[in-house]
Amino acid sequence: MSADGSLDRLKREGRIVVVGASLAGLRAAETLREEGFAGSLTMIGDEPYEPYDRPPLSKQVLLGRATADRTGLPRHRAIDAQWRLGVPATGLDMAARRVRLADGDEVEYDRLLIATGVRARPWPQEDEAELDGVFVLRTRDDADALERSLAQGPRRVLVIGAGFTGSEIASACRERGIAVTVAERADAPLVGALGGVVGEVAAELHRKHGVDLRCGVMVTRLEGDSAGHVRAAHFSDGNTIQADVVVVSLGAQRNTEWLAGSGLGAGPRGIACDAGCRAFDIRGIVTDDIYVAGDVARSPHPLFGYQFLSLEHWGNAVAQAETAAHNMLSDSADRRPHIWVPAFWSSQFGVNIKSVGVPSMGTEILIAQGSRSEHRFTGVYGYQGRVIGAVTFDQTKWLQFYQQLIETTAPFPPAFPTVDRRPEGQQPMPADFPDPSVPTHGPTVTLSGYAPDDRRLTFTPARH
Amino acid sequence: MTEAILRQIIDYAHRANPYPLYAELRKTPVYHDADGPFVISRYYDIQSLLHDPRISSDARNLRAPAGGGPLAAEADEETALPPSFLRLDPPEHDRLRRMTNRPFGPPHTPRRVHEMHGELKDIVSGLIDGIDSPDRIDLVDQFSYPFPVTVICRLLGVPREDEARFHSWADIIAASLDPDPGADADERAKVSHNARTELGMYLAGLIEERRKKPGDDMLSQLSTAGGPDGVMTTMEVLSTAALLLIAGHETTVNLITNGMLTLLRNPDVLERLRKDPNLAVPIVEELLRFEPPVQLVPQRTTVADIEVRGVTIPKGASLWLVLAAGNRDPDRFEDPDRFNPDRGDIQHLGFGSGIHSCFGAPLARLEAQLALSELARRLENPRLLEDPPPYRQNAVLRGPRHLPIACDGIRP
Ligand SMILES: Cc1cc2nc3c(=O)[nH]c(=O)nc-3n(C[C@H](O)[C@H](O)[C@H](O)COP(=O)(O)OP(=O)(O)OC[C@H]3O[C@@H](n4cnc5c(N)ncnc54)[C@H](O)[C@@H]3O)c2cc1C
Repeated sequence: MSADGSLDRLKREGRIVVVGASLAGLRAAETLREEGFAGSLTMIGDEPYEPYDRPPLSKQVLLGRATADRTGLPRHRAIDAQWRLGVPATGLDMAARRVRLADGDEVEYDRLLIATGVRARPWPQEDEAELDGVFVLRTRDDADALERSLAQGPRRVLVIGAGFTGSEIASACRERGIAVTVAERADAPLVGALGGVVGEVAAELHRKHGVDLRCGVMVTRLEGDSAGHVRAAHFSDGNTIQADVVVVSLGAQRNTEWLAGSGLGAGPRGIACDAGCRAFDIRGIVTDDIYVAGDVARSPHPLFGYQFLSLEHWGNAVAQAETAAHNMLSDSADRRPHIWVPAFWSSQFGVNIKSVGVPSMGTEILIAQGSRSEHRFTGVYGYQGRVIGAVTFDQTKWLQFYQQLIETTAPFPPAFPTVDRRPEGQQPMPADFPDPSVPTHGPTVTLSGYAPDDRRLTFTPARH
Repeated sequence: MTEAILRQIIDYAHRANPYPLYAELRKTPVYHDADGPFVISRYYDIQSLLHDPRISSDARNLRAPAGGGPLAAEADEETALPPSFLRLDPPEHDRLRRMTNRPFGPPHTPRRVHEMHGELKDIVSGLIDGIDSPDRIDLVDQFSYPFPVTVICRLLGVPREDEARFHSWADIIAASLDPDPGADADERAKVSHNARTELGMYLAGLIEERRKKPGDDMLSQLSTAGGPDGVMTTMEVLSTAALLLIAGHETTVNLITNGMLTLLRNPDVLERLRKDPNLAVPIVEELLRFEPPVQLVPQRTTVADIEVRGVTIPKGASLWLVLAAGNRDPDRFEDPDRFNPDRGDIQHLGFGSGIHSCFGAPLARLEAQLALSELARRLENPRLLEDPPPYRQNAVLRGPRHLPIACDGIRP
């Protein structure tokens, strides 16, 4: 490509557009400049704010220790960009290389980076979701509104969903002395990410800190008072609880609707891309000028059987953004794969939880160090005889070792003794994940026809 | 040839500049000779072994007290105290370190070190004010030695009037860490044993007092504060206090002295620091890489056979992790033998890593930053009178015994 000088020209005077002005978008922009991109850079973001950090929103901000407007991301260098903040991108014309904006403008690009992330999945009953006192938590504004309502001293908060965010919210409420009920459809918190064995420890943490934890139930209905403020929630087991704040924490949906009809392979599961962050079109052919990074991306990982992983992890967004930016300015021979080993952290109920690898692929778990009953341990996940993931509760400093085992596809269960291996860690046990065959979003692409001429790919647009 | 390397490292003749030997050592990343220890000198290997749960710090796991060469004489607590958390594995290590951390750092006491800033600065000023003849200063005796001991006294809550007694015990004990084949070993052992006993009795008395009438010092909090882990026994408080005293002081002396020596050898950096005290932060980090006070960690052992770079280290083997060699590994740091406070990427091994990473690091950093920036600001035209200066015997806790310098005057 650079043989004809086009790469040099791109670097010197090209146009790069980044859609999604948050963590991945910002880090990519910084990397582009770092690697010598001198052309025009446009940052398009639907939120009115400059890039900010989300992890503190469910931690320091809800505790009242930091305000939502103080979570701006540190800048590693000047990026000298045109900022189009508060304006969503509404469409993409791949042939003409143009991004359409909600205000009617169009922006042309030579390279496009899509980093539109995800948004909170709202409460499905719209009228109930609109009641006063019902919140989700994804953005600065969400955090600000929720914090203000917590500061007013609600009598009881209901958190629907005990994933990482829901658990952190419950933890913050308890730390502020607010009564809180957590409703979780699975048998324990964090089960989807870490399995039932670890979920049980998480459940103990909730209860030890005074959370009214209800597992194996669903919230069926939210009820408002005459003034339109939420006051109660009805459960599938027939129970009802009174709550004046409800936080819906049911996971996330990918921000890909704006790409509908563009021909890009974007759907409810995100945007598929190759390991070099180049997006696929709906035919499964990789594009040359459209890159993806962060929560909205799905990319194959050689270490995990080339499975397409979509990760909602801070560290992934940073690493993928840097790789995407590097590759945008590189010849094919100089491109790098995004082979980041997934890593995630959370802090709740005074415990620091970290994971590496893909625990949810694990079928078995071994408590390699420490003890679950002390809520301080290292769990190692096994999949088909190899180490596939690891989690630590307040034992972060050992994690690097287990990451190396994952990277080197070490055998599971690890055959060696360790310091602090307790009797419970002598044998692996089933990791106890929910049945993966439970349908999720359904297919996004279907094949039809028999003869090669006849074979067609049909793209089913997102029904979020 | 290789056989000679360990001996040479221990040999006092190489104390002033062991770095060429470390470079030689790195050529055999897992160095092992006869019944000696397995010696690891590459950055990435050290870094990963420090996080390896098959490595123990508990001497009870050593198969045989593997002849660590002359360095095995690295006299340790041959007292009746139980091992401090430095020499224990989890879960005991974690429990004691956690309890020690409660009164020292986050999350329970996030501001303790920060709040000592003013007091540290006063101690530094006092010591510099006390320098009477600027044409010959021994930086070790007049500054870098008394400073950390005074700090530890304040931290533990040793009453001011007892600080002098405390200093003299600390001096004797520290001297005993410095194996000196020349001196009469029996006599030295007796003197140091007496000092340890006296210090132990003194501290035990203080602990008794603090149990009755606690203050906000660390001894009070260690001996009274209950948390989820319960309360330390008197013996545990004693061995913890002894650890804080020895580890917190022997190392900081060297960090400050090595620091000043390096700055005097790099006058341009010294001048920059004089104009901008904030530069002390990256300078101290680079020092921890370039001249780490703890050169190697000799007390580790394997609880399983482990493989490093194709070499199997058997269970129960003694392991040396040569931090100072890893810190100058050209595979990790560009131009590693250059002192360059402007390098951005500086994940050094100076404080170790993993669960035993230096407990006192935040305090040591602050002490060194304040000490160096104040020395740079106040000493007028400082210069070295001897280069290299005379070093201590000790190859593990390496640093000058004296650092004779001169200056034209002391700025106010
Ligand atoms: C409350 C909370 C706590 C978290 N805690 C942790 C944690 O402890 N550890 C961890 O590893 N991760 C955590 N995360 C996840 C982490 O924040 C994300 O992985 C990270 O923000 C992903 O960055 P991103 O840039 O890919 O996406 P996002 O941060 O979601 O940014 C995407 C941006 O694009 C914008 N956008 C969407 N559509 C359009 C459009 N059409 N036009 C223009 N702009 C658009 C969005 O509004 C958003 O501003 C947490 C997330 C939340 C919400």
